[in-house]
Amino acid sequence: MPFTDWLKNRTQKTQEAANKRAVPDGIWSKCTICGKTIFQKDILNNFHVCPECGHHFGLSGHERVMMLLDDGSFSATEEDLWPKDPLGFIGSKPYRQSLNNAIETTGRREAVTTGFGRIKGNKVGFGVLDFRFIAGSMGSVVGEKIARLFEAATSERLPVITVVSSGGARMQEGVLSLMQMAKTAATVEQHNQAGLPYISILANPTTGGVLASFASLGDIIIAEPKALIGFAGPRVIEQTLDEKLPKGFQTSESVLNHGMVDMIVPRDELRETVGRLISGLSPVSSDQNLGDQVV
Amino acid sequence: MSRRYYIDFERPVVEMEDQLEELKKLPEAHKPDIIKEIKFLEDQITKLKKRVYKNLTAWQQVQMSRHPDRPDFVRYLDLIFDDFIELHGDRTYGDDLAVIGGLAKLGEQNIVVVGQEKGKDTHDRLRRNFGMPHPEGYRKAIRLFKLAGKFNLPLITIIDTPGAFAGVGAEERGQAQVIAKCLSTLSSLPTPTIAVNIGEGGSGGALAFGVCDRVFMLENAYYSVITPEGCAAILWQDKEKAPEAAEALALTAKKLLKMGIVDGVIKEPLGGAHRDPKSTAGKIGEILKKTLGDLLSKPVDELVALRYERVRQFGVFSDRQESEIIT
Ligand SMILES: [Zn+2]
Repeated sequence: MPFTDWLKNRTQKTQEAANKRAVPDGIWSKCTICGKTIFQKDILNNFHVCPECGHHFGLSGHERVMMLLDDGSFSATEEDLWPKDPLGFIGSKPYRQSLNNAIETTGRREAVTTGFGRIKGNKVGFGVLDFRFIAGSMGSVVGEKIARLFEAATSERLPVITVVSSGGARMQEGVLSLMQMAKTAATVEQHNQAGLPYISILANPTTGGVLASFASLGDIIIAEPKALIGFAGPRVIEQTLDEKLPKGFQTSESVLNHGMVDMIVPRDELRETVGRLISGLSPVSSDQNLGDQVV
Repeated sequence: MSRRYYIDFERPVVEMEDQLEELKKLPEAHKPDIIKEIKFLEDQITKLKKRVYKNLTAWQQVQMSRHPDRPDFVRYLDLIFDDFIELHGDRTYGDDLAVIGGLAKLGEQNIVVVGQEKGKDTHDRLRRNFGMPHPEGYRKAIRLFKLAGKFNLPLITIIDTPGAFAGVGAEERGQAQVIAKCLSTLSSLPTPTIAVNIGEGGSGGALAFGVCDRVFMLENAYYSVITPEGCAAILWQDKEKAPEAAEALALTAKKLLKMGIVDGVIKEPLGGAHRDPKSTAGKIGEILKKTLGDLLSKPVDELVALRYERVRQFGVFSDRQESEIIT
């Protein structure tokens, strides 16, 4: 079965990506990609990007909010949603244990943060998936919060911005996770039919069921540099086909070449770019924000 | 010896059926003793079949769903629909043979039917990539979904795939993108839609055909976020643990009905759909006609709104941390 192989490898790959994201503690750090020793402060001051090789380290939802939204403009929504274990899933370890570990290590109750804020003065709905929480995978809570975000943005006539980093649908909630793909896609479609802009930002890595649902439905899709972006993982495909993969396969640069994203934007330019895009998508003067036009 | 394919757990049934065949072929088959013996064996087989097939494990059902003799989409296309006119191509790149679609009649009703096709024999399966569509297949499907919407033709989709194909070309031509587009297109399509899962419902590649007003499954079909083998490989680094994974994933028709993911389970003959494709097709046809009648009585706007509500309510979550609830 080719599928089994790719899924297995996808997990390995996402695990590697998770390892790569961590900037080690201490004043001096060694970049996990280029191996250069760097002042940790230099990485932090550089949007968590290695000043030597440009590797974009992973970010939490909070860090994303700080980086993209106007200071103090963000207010989170739906903080009362907690994950459940609907199947009583026990794999190599019980799902409930994975959940509790993730809650403990991240201080978050799920892989998703949603809310409303402003980008360069424009009021927007904002959603982030955090890879540190069970590989940013989408189960019922992630799906529900994304769905509610789009619904609220539709009724308030606001654009939506999402930043995702995810291994895909969350296996431990079985077919319920699969259905989150349908659910999120349906809410994006309503938002779309209301004529409202959706900008989807893909960070390293974005794969599987999250890429194959809401994250691919943006009016504009932006990739961070050198992110892994694909439906199935690279090594799996390599095994399936028994041939070497093209150089740079499934990197942001390659998916841009193949027409899958609009642009690659380095992190330090992301806020500026998104702000300009939202203004540019509005038929009215760019200084106006969409939210205030509707009473 | 039988040359029929059988799954390990079916062996006792198949062996007994072979014995029966042998008996029937004997020159003395008409003699009272042998007739009695045949009758006895037939009763035994019925009993044995009940024992073997009535309580299949999740994994056994997955095996049944992949049975090489299991009727494919084309078989049902012949048995259920009339006047099929196949429509080819995605208008962009190619014609994916893992997806078949076109115009047809269900009774008197004109419809559009689109399904995933695994192939009927080895040669056909290779051509059809074992039912694993490329982006072309999904783009063809989207084209036909929209055709149905434009002409107010009810849409019937048939799901039977281990999953969307994982390959270089598939990635480069936007596998994730087209699956997402299938989901959003179906979610708002202005016409009645019904999906039937006749075998394998493998992940996003299957769901791409499944965002419909009503979703039905054959008794031995499965529907899952990941294949049991894939799940086993991740959890235990061991594909041999697929049976445990199948159990954990709650992927059987019966469980999915209970969870409200599907609207109905269509019974199969004892021993699986391949033992009587005609009667299985008859049941599918009946349920399609009945369901379509219900759907056609509603205004399209209402259908689309209800379809949205249907997918919108999927998900299980809590307003408290689980560990606080369960000690
Ligand atoms: Zn570096």
